[in-house]
Amino acid sequence: MTAMARSVLPGFRLSTGYTLLVLGSCVLLPLAALLWTACELGPEGWWAQIGTRRVLASLRLSFGAALLAATIDAVLGLLVAWVLVRYRFALRRQFDALVDLPFALPTAVAGISLTALYAPNGWLGSRLLPLGIEVAYTRVGVLLAMVFVGLPFVVRTLQPVLESMESDLEEAAYTLGATSFQRFFRVLLPLLLPTLLTGYALALARAIGEYGSVIFIAGNRLFRTEIAPYLIVQKIDSQYDYRGAAALGAVMLASSLLLLVAMAWLQRWTRRWAVVR
Amino acid sequence: MAAVAAVVSIGQPARTTHVARVVLVLGALVVLGWLMVLPLLAIFAEALQHGLAFYLHAIREPDTLGAVRLTLTVAAIAVPLNMVFGLAAAWSMAYFEFRGKAWLGALIDLPFSISPVVCGMMLILVYGKNGWLGSWLEAHGLQVIFALPGLVLATVLVTLPYVARELIPLMQAQGSDQEEAALTLGASGWQIFFRVTLPRVRWALLQGVLLCNARAMGEFGAVYVVSGHLRGITNTLPLQVDQLSQENFSAAFAVASLLALLTVFTLAIKRLVKWRHGGEWNAND
Repeated sequence: MTAMARSVLPGFRLSTGYTLLVLGSCVLLPLAALLWTACELGPEGWWAQIGTRRVLASLRLSFGAALLAATIDAVLGLLVAWVLVRYRFALRRQFDALVDLPFALPTAVAGISLTALYAPNGWLGSRLLPLGIEVAYTRVGVLLAMVFVGLPFVVRTLQPVLESMESDLEEAAYTLGATSFQRFFRVLLPLLLPTLLTGYALALARAIGEYGSVIFIAGNRLFRTEIAPYLIVQKIDSQYDYRGAAALGAVMLASSLLLLVAMAWLQRWTRRWAVVR
Repeated sequence: MAAVAAVVSIGQPARTTHVARVVLVLGALVVLGWLMVLPLLAIFAEALQHGLAFYLHAIREPDTLGAVRLTLTVAAIAVPLNMVFGLAAAWSMAYFEFRGKAWLGALIDLPFSISPVVCGMMLILVYGKNGWLGSWLEAHGLQVIFALPGLVLATVLVTLPYVARELIPLMQAQGSDQEEAALTLGASGWQIFFRVTLPRVRWALLQGVLLCNARAMGEFGAVYVVSGHLRGITNTLPLQVDQLSQENFSAAFAVASLLALLTVFTLAIKRLVKWRHGGEWNAND
């Protein structure tokens, strides 16, 4: 590595070398192994693994539910972030701390807890059942778990931006006679949009890859509520089918990388907005 | 400001804004209550529904105690490793300019966006029996997958960015003036690190380590794949919860409540640190 070390501080080789060593053995080498295994299959072999009805159904569910969940998170997250930043009310700090729950709660624990709540004999499930709404062991359950894990990403991305935003623009709009709807949709939302989209992308990435929170409430019914990560585990665990797992893993990895690129682009956009602001 | 306030009350009846405000706050509280409070309460309610005696019996099962021990062991190895990694990465990223730095930053963040299940599978492809290093490891009598090293490796991979991500923005914002001053006063590299840098970033470091630890002890997907979930041998607490949930839901919740307590404790400490020392860093969480 060619160091253009402008700094006079010591430790460049040690710190960078160690960082690269860890990243190499823990991230790069495994990443290369996955790509290698997936490439070895060739396009036809890859399609033979991916093109089955079961795999395609799981991919459709994983991506479809994740897209919908991230959209719901964007709406609910905007509301929660807005209220936490702009209003003062009792227990605000405690509710603010609770937003981090899906970050810190083990996914398996969240999974069985949601299942217990929404199962036909659960607190909420038993009340929803007479209304004809089934959540546990259906796609609605998959969606619910994804909404749960994604929400803090939107809230925590929006909060610092909302905090630093001056209210002078809104006040100017107000003095010009804008209604509160106009102020929200024509002044605030355009300003918040890049940040909101970053939060959306983060929530989406998490929802696509989520395993623990989803599998319990999903019930994993063939063709109906099997998510793609569940199929990967099935292929490894019970069929020792590493090539099939790698083929599916490559699809998930490609979606992660795509989202990362989108987020890097969004961040550039946000910075440009910051200059305008 | 006073003028604007006057305009507000003249131009629009104060009651409508008040109503809108109450509706918005209630809406947010309903969302948080429904998505966050209810699941958290449900864990403890389910765990204690057969009484305290059953609860204590469930968490004293030999397999559960073994899982507690294994979880603590894995975290005790993985978290310090990630702490050292985070400090090294932050030192390199914050104080030096070099080619490929943006790529290095992206690589550090990468494990956040990869599915834990895919993380575990990638490790099997390298360190498993038929993996790239499989035969070499076997020849040297080392078992990684389905054993403790695999659990540690998977945990390290999944929690890799936590400490680094907390430290890099902070150290970049603080700059290296104080470190350079120490250098001109004749301090060695390690002296600078321990006496200048470390005290400056300690609260952010604590935040990162706390979250890293919570995630390490609760990791499920990646560990599930590499562990083979052998009961009493490679079952960590979350894996034990999973297996118990197929047999005895209440016992599963008793074990889960231990992890939930860890979560509540982590979030409380994190808030406390941020509340008391939040001014010392401006990096958001």
